[in-house]
Amino acid sequence: MSDDRSSNLIILFLIFVALINYPFLQIFDRQELWFGMPALYFYFFFIWLALIVVVGLIVRKKRKS
Amino acid sequence: MTLSLVIGCSLAYISLLFLIAWWVDKRAERGVSFVNNPYVYSLSLAVYCTAWTFFGSVGRATTGGLSFLGVYLGPTLLAPLWYMVLRKIILISKNQRITSIADFISSRYGKSTTLGVMVTLIAVLGIVPYISIQLKAVTFGINTLTHFKSGVIPPSPDFWLDAGFWVTVAMAVFTGFFGTRKLDPNERHEGLVAAVAFESIVKLITFSAVGLFVTYGIYNGFEDLFTRATFREDTARMLTFESSGITTFSWNVLIALSLFAIILLPRQFHISVVENTSPRHIPKAMWVFPLYLLLINIFVLPIALAGKMIFDSSIHPDTYVLSLPLEKGAAWLALAAFIGGFSAATSMIVVEATALSIMFSNHIVVPLLIRMRSIGRNNLVNGAARLLDIRRLSILLMLFLAYWYQKSVGNTYDLVSVGLISFTAAAQLAPVVIGGLYWKRATHQGAVAGLTVGFLIWAFCLPLPSMAQVGIISKSFVTDGLFGIAFLKPYALFGVTGMDPITHAAFWSLFFNTWMYAIVSVNTRPSMLSLTQADLFVNIHKYISGQEYDILKREAKIGDLKAVLNRFLGESRSLWLLHEYESLNKVVLDDQKTAQADLISFVETNLAGAIGAASARVVIDSVAKEEPISLDEVMRILEQTREAVQHSRIMETKNEELKTLTLQLTTANDQLKQLDRLKADFITTVTHELRTPVTSIKALSRIILDDYDRLDEERRTAYLQIIVNESDRISRLINQVLDIEKLRSEDNLRPMEPLELTEIIAAAVNGMQQLFAERNISCSFPHTGESWVVKGDHDKLVQVVVNLLSNALKFCDPVNGRIDIGLLQKGGSVLLSVRDNGPGIPHKAREIIFEQFTQLQSKEQGKPQGTGLGLFITKKIVEQHNGSIRVESEPGEGALFEVKLPLSEP
Amino acid sequence: MDISGSSAKILVVDDEPNIVVALEYLLQREGYEVRKAYNGQEALECMEAWTPDIVVLDVMMPGMNGFEVARLLRQLPALELTKIIFLTAKGTERDKQSGYASGAEYYMIKPFDNDVFVSTVNEIMAYG
Repeated sequence: MSDDRSSNLIILFLIFVALINYPFLQIFDRQELWFGMPALYFYFFFIWLALIVVVGLIVRKKRKS
Repeated sequence: MTLSLVIGCSLAYISLLFLIAWWVDKRAERGVSFVNNPYVYSLSLAVYCTAWTFFGSVGRATTGGLSFLGVYLGPTLLAPLWYMVLRKIILISKNQRITSIADFISSRYGKSTTLGVMVTLIAVLGIVPYISIQLKAVTFGINTLTHFKSGVIPPSPDFWLDAGFWVTVAMAVFTGFFGTRKLDPNERHEGLVAAVAFESIVKLITFSAVGLFVTYGIYNGFEDLFTRATFREDTARMLTFESSGITTFSWNVLIALSLFAIILLPRQFHISVVENTSPRHIPKAMWVFPLYLLLINIFVLPIALAGKMIFDSSIHPDTYVLSLPLEKGAAWLALAAFIGGFSAATSMIVVEATALSIMFSNHIVVPLLIRMRSIGRNNLVNGAARLLDIRRLSILLMLFLAYWYQKSVGNTYDLVSVGLISFTAAAQLAPVVIGGLYWKRATHQGAVAGLTVGFLIWAFCLPLPSMAQVGIISKSFVTDGLFGIAFLKPYALFGVTGMDPITHAAFWSLFFNTWMYAIVSVNTRPSMLSLTQADLFVNIHKYISGQEYDILKREAKIGDLKAVLNRFLGESRSLWLLHEYESLNKVVLDDQKTAQADLISFVETNLAGAIGAASARVVIDSVAKEEPISLDEVMRILEQTREAVQHSRIMETKNEELKTLTLQLTTANDQLKQLDRLKADFITTVTHELRTPVTSIKALSRIILDDYDRLDEERRTAYLQIIVNESDRISRLINQVLDIEKLRSEDNLRPMEPLELTEIIAAAVNGMQQLFAERNISCSFPHTGESWVVKGDHDKLVQVVVNLLSNALKFCDPVNGRIDIGLLQKGGSVLLSVRDNGPGIPHKAREIIFEQFTQLQSKEQGKPQGTGLGLFITKKIVEQHNGSIRVESEPGEGALFEVKLPLSEP
Repeated sequence: MDISGSSAKILVVDDEPNIVVALEYLLQREGYEVRKAYNGQEALECMEAWTPDIVVLDVMMPGMNGFEVARLLRQLPALELTKIIFLTAKGTERDKQSGYASGAEYYMIKPFDNDVFVSTVNEIMAYG
């Protein structure tokens, strides 16, 4: 169980390394406003929040079992 | 705003911090931990957000756009891995009582003094710029509040008129009070952590308040602000990477640097590892801390954009957080924001300076003093107080170094640029730490080589050119390259251009650092100590039970060890520790005796808490003389690091010895296993034997309780009698089990004295006279007047006779019981015989009668009274007296027990 | 099993006379007919002639142990309906398994609770 969790966390780390890098950044690196925010600014805070939520979920899942 | 108001508020705020720290420390002394909480832990980690974050990020955003986020995305990225990495570091550090990052690296590579010194120097020199920007930010803040728009006052040439000087003095005093209040071997400062956690809340609230004011007070929300920003060329530029000139490479280097910094910066290591109260807080911190980072970054870009749109270039972007509220008439908000920034700066300085002072005193000053014998064996002045003074002095020294740096260099650059110089320095520790955690083959020499190269390249590429820029050293090496070699320009090594200075320096220094570390490690052989430490770090989970094991066998007088502990930990603390050790190991420490290896390790680990592993080793070595490694210790090392020692020559020369030793060990092991089984059997039997009487007692007493009135007098008495008898049986059993334990532990311990055997028999018989009379048994012991002297323990021999007599008594003919005692000489021995006229012992039973828990039973009488341990104990005692016991019997003709004891030489 | 007519018959086997005293009292108080045996041999001799409804059996006894007694008992067709309760100080899971394997219906560990013991016996007599 704990091993699964470690693997999940490592995978998460690798995914987010990719997500905050080129070429993903290039997709959002444009002079546009999304929901009233610059696209890149919006993107960064969105995946940032996503990471926090996913980490929180992974950590919580373990404690129950 | 007047200067006195600003200073008054700052002092009031500092007093509040003191109050919090004092209160938490007070509670901690009473055993109530306030900081043992995942949220407090997460908030204290936010000491990562300094004045850099509070003021500098905004400034950075005006030039580098969104790149400021990299500094916070790096730690966020690492957070998922904390579960593995940070936990491992914490477990190792708690196991080894590591108190700083220098201590960690020095311990990993064989408790090396050299590495301790190197890491400390890198940390102190590397972090000085970082501290300097905090001083600068506070000074800047005061100036902005008091002289907004009236023209920034130039720094005064006279230091006593310079605000920065007094800020530095105040910080030094503050830190001195906070970080060095007492000497704790674990370097835990609950009050400090609580204050830092509190400051993190203040930072977040004040910064968000300014952000909300700017976004919703000055503008009509995010959309309005961002839309306006897109209309201006200079602000629109800040919204994308492309237009703000950030390259993939520099972005990734920035993320990597901050990813390392979150663990390797001395203050981060201190807060996240040394002050950690439980690894169980990590999972929660893994998401709470990134959430904090996210929240504090939301308004950075809005504030930067607003500042850029509202002010011209006369206002420095690093002060927007203060100048925006001031400009719009919200002076109180500006003051609150200043307190927030002040919070960020003080928490950074306090923790950083505390962490650095621990390193500085443990790895540089103390080893030096020990070398100089100034804290020598005959100079037992109060070492604890002295250690604290050293720390205070080093804090003062570092802060003034930072002040000097800020005055001479720092003013030319913005906050983040200077801070990144420190990040690059801290990153130099990454290869040796990561390698140390996961690569067993890494050696001390490799670490030294890597760190040296990395540090030199860093110094050459970052701080030295910045000093040249302001004219402290000659500028020629920057423009023409070192020694005029164009390949060696600090901003364009090997002629490579196109990177910003930080990216450039970080890349080359880490590149050479890593490869030197790896190559030298592979080509050098680790020392024994280094090997065991490597195993301990890489495979910490093997040692998680916290057992300390040491390889070098050392000997020291207990008195000397005590003296050493007294000197460094103070008398009361060391007394307490030794007392703890005594009760834990159930020993009494005698000053004149030689200490066991585990006591030496115990003293060393505790000392390591106060003065670092390397220094502790030196101190211990000064009182302990090392013995050459003995064979079985080599075995142990072999066991742990087989592949590394395979090449070792020790193996070849001692191979033969090893074989015999292995054989001996195998036999010994078998014997131990056998003993273990016996012990387990013994315990099973004893519990069974205890349960039986408890069963009757419980059942019968319950019956009496429940049915008291229904039972007639006679039955009640009978039941109560059984309860009494069974209770006696339990106490008898307990006594005899204790007897057996005593026999085991006392083997050959009691002195043997010459004893007259007839007197012993007389004593035993006298004691049992009453019982004989009750059962109407006649006991004869013909006195011939002869003297039989044996050597032995009086009480034990009496017990032998008593046991034999009560055994005979049990089996005697119930009507005409008769016991005969006899003495007879046979060669150099005396034969003591006890004969009864009971039913005798069957053939088969004679072999097992002396074993534990064997009891004979006859059809007529049922089970006899007894525990089945009496004859076993008797046999053991006789054997202790170099004698033997045997039994002779025919069914129906009684039994004869015969004890043979050697006669004492006259 | 019918308990309305004659009172049920229970055999108590234990090498500890004092425990037998207690068990005998408790069972007689409930109105059962009780006989006693102090080892396995005696127990088997008694059973052949008497066919008890329940046998309360100790495990660690000199000579034949309780498990052996139970196994032998189970081979007697006349005692098909007899229930076996082990009452022993041997409390490990393995001991329990051997107890059930040797044919017992119940396994209780010493020291026992009087009420629990009695109600177990009553239950067996009531529902089989």
